[in-house]
Amino acid sequence: MLNFILLILIYTGIYALMAVGQNLITGYVGLLSLTQAGFFAIGSYATAILSVTYGWNFWMTLPVAAILAGFFGFLIGLPTLRLKGDYLAIATLGFGEIVRNILNNWDKLTNGPMGIQRIPMISIFGMRVSPYAKWGFLILVWVFVVIAYLLFERLARSRIGRALEAIREDEIAASSMGINATRYKVWAFVFGAMIAGIAGSLQAVFILSVTPGVFTFMVSIMVLCMVVLGGMGNFKAVVLGAFLIQFVSYFPQLVGLSNVIPPQFKQVLFGLILVVMMIWRPQGILGREQRSAPGRLFKKGGRS
Amino acid sequence: MILLETTKLTRAYGGVIAVSQVDFQVREGLITGLIGPNGAGKTTLFNNMTGLDTPTSGKVHFNGTDITRHHAHTICRMGIARTFQNIRLFKELSVLENVMVGLHFTTGKSPTKGRVAAVVRSYLKAKQEYDLMHEQAMRWLEFFKLDGFADELAKNLPYGHQRELEIARALATEPKILFLDEPAAGMNPLETDSLMKTIRRIRDLGITVVLIEHDMKLVMNICDTITVLNYGQNIAQGTPAEIRHNPKVIEAYLGKEEA
Amino acid sequence: MGSSAEFFQHLMNGLTLGGIYALIALGYTMVYGILKFINFAHGDILMVGSYIGLFIFDAIRGQSLGPWTIIAFFIAMLGGMIFSAGLGMAIERIAYKPLRKATRLAPLLSAIGVSFILSNMAAWMWGTKSRKLEYPFDNSPLYIGEVSITPHQILILIVVIVMMISLKLFVDRSRIGKAMRATSLDQDTAKLMGIKADRIIAITFAIGSALAATAGFLIALEIKVYPSMGTMTGLKAFVAAVVGGIGNISGAMVGGILLGLLETFGVALLGIPYGLRDTIAFVALIIILLVKPEGLLGKVEKEKV
Repeated sequence: MLNFILLILIYTGIYALMAVGQNLITGYVGLLSLTQAGFFAIGSYATAILSVTYGWNFWMTLPVAAILAGFFGFLIGLPTLRLKGDYLAIATLGFGEIVRNILNNWDKLTNGPMGIQRIPMISIFGMRVSPYAKWGFLILVWVFVVIAYLLFERLARSRIGRALEAIREDEIAASSMGINATRYKVWAFVFGAMIAGIAGSLQAVFILSVTPGVFTFMVSIMVLCMVVLGGMGNFKAVVLGAFLIQFVSYFPQLVGLSNVIPPQFKQVLFGLILVVMMIWRPQGILGREQRSAPGRLFKKGGRS
Repeated sequence: MILLETTKLTRAYGGVIAVSQVDFQVREGLITGLIGPNGAGKTTLFNNMTGLDTPTSGKVHFNGTDITRHHAHTICRMGIARTFQNIRLFKELSVLENVMVGLHFTTGKSPTKGRVAAVVRSYLKAKQEYDLMHEQAMRWLEFFKLDGFADELAKNLPYGHQRELEIARALATEPKILFLDEPAAGMNPLETDSLMKTIRRIRDLGITVVLIEHDMKLVMNICDTITVLNYGQNIAQGTPAEIRHNPKVIEAYLGKEEA
Repeated sequence: MGSSAEFFQHLMNGLTLGGIYALIALGYTMVYGILKFINFAHGDILMVGSYIGLFIFDAIRGQSLGPWTIIAFFIAMLGGMIFSAGLGMAIERIAYKPLRKATRLAPLLSAIGVSFILSNMAAWMWGTKSRKLEYPFDNSPLYIGEVSITPHQILILIVVIVMMISLKLFVDRSRIGKAMRATSLDQDTAKLMGIKADRIIAITFAIGSALAATAGFLIALEIKVYPSMGTMTGLKAFVAAVVGGIGNISGAMVGGILLGLLETFGVALLGIPYGLRDTIAFVALIIILLVKPEGLLGKVEKEKV
């Protein structure tokens, strides 16, 4: 039971990383991206291939995973983000499918549907962090979450974050204020992709194997749900959202009802969350963050 | 000195010619009025000078530089700011934050280093930068007596204040020229009077003002020079007194007298 | 086989595939034209329509009907269309209508949610195994010279042509069609002119969904019926709509046919591996967005400032 809760918390952490990235794109810039799963997959496979086929150390594969995911984010973002945001949704939806298609078919590199097994465990200063001893791995993952949270939160509170919100509110007015909207949108998208790549990298060394079947569209939907449920534009909220969605996701196993509740049940529930939240509580559980100066986490007399 | 100038600027949408061969000059330090009946092409001309639209032909020069095909953000950075006919505030941001967005590149930019360095610096020194921007934004809000609303969401401001906030936001970009698109639209006479005073105060800051306006009392009162557009063409320019007695202008507004 | 015969063979295959894309693209483009948003659930409505058609067809076809089977087929198709039309209207009413005044993002997220609900409900209720829809006729190919054409392809071409012509006539000539065009140009003004915009939007969803169901049922003969059948097809049809010029009905038709031809010839002549066939559409999307973002027949839409 404790092990199971730890498992949920580890997945919460991995998904919280993706949700933080999605929040920057969707919560701040107001763009619908549907492919955190694609970047997640790229990060996972980068780590798997580099460490298994080429014998790299995990810590060396990590930046490669992030940069590769960011690079693909740039490739999709540049043509679509010059235009209205709508096309990003379609382009990213297609991209996710193509990534999975390629992972399934490029046997030489990815070993096709069988995936890649026996990924070496992480070691820190010669100490191995085995995913079987869950406490160690839990701490590792959450160190990443905390760092990502602090970095992104600070970014959001800087003038850059304000520019992103201005673009969401009114792109024409923002560009008339000297903000290069396209450049900011593309960079926000790239950063969101990079952190999903890092999440993928962690996932690879947690499961110790990668298979294309893991990176379905459902992953992207779950991440989107985390942001929508917790509250768009609020990094604390999306971490909460990540926990709630993971909890729901594992609830049947947790209470031993996985035989009774069909697997589609939770997926229908995720779909419902999106529709219901949009209609009744578009701001999410916690709502948009009360902004204050960076460096001061709590400020009296914020906006009401 | 001519600060901004269009030469033979034409903008056609398919077969419809919104602005045709317009030569328009803005002299430094003056308040220039741009008037004309509805659909005369005033806003189109504004959009073509501020990078939100691209002319079909013709040129726009600012301070001697050709800015015809520049993006809106580069034009703003060169020193041209504007407001919009149908107020375009960042509705879900606070009044203060709206002005802080206007400060985005004036306070945020580092004078010597490159773009990337500036971004990194503003990230690392976010706190100092915030305090500096906060202080400057408050100064602009005080200029408009909006400081009491600083933490209010922009969308909750009364209409007249929203117009003022939009001007404050534009001024925060430290422009040489400020374009105002119908600043008095929807205002009552009292508010219009106070707007006139504000526009003069802005001029006194050394900022050149160009405004589109239908309120003739305001235009005749504060403009040093007026240009009249009709059917996309520049039909007259001169002092308020000259414009008032120009037969072409009277015809454009009142229609041709029956012979 | 001579190269010109080969060419006509691919042309034939491309046209039938393209016709299908066009039918589906029409639904995207009509909705986008009026509400300016992408109905992500469109592909899933297609899937539900195909299932309903399949159930009806199987029920009627219990005994041997001989040559009457084709009539049963059309009845089933009609059933699927009607059901989808109702489903489309219901979705609009429940999940999109409350969000008309919300942010741009809200209806998109809601649509994604609906799409996910439909495909997973289908998997839950009807299982993930794909089901075969029996041909209502002998599908052995006929030969015109060296070019082979199956009765299935003929059926697709006839249905697509009939549907397109009637839709074009409906939108151009009928009162409701005119109201649709007016609503898509300017909803508020249309309302002032006495057009019931809500009703027009509902009708738009109904027509689009029925067309999608038709397309789904037609391809079901070849690709079978399964819960995620609408995803890829829907996506590609959307690309077709963008290529033709989103919001433009003729554009959707042109874009659909063009994409069909592009995929067929891309695989046959350019040697693009079959596994990457689905990628062609997205490369086309990226290229059109870079080169002519308003699409082939679309108008440049500038936001009014």
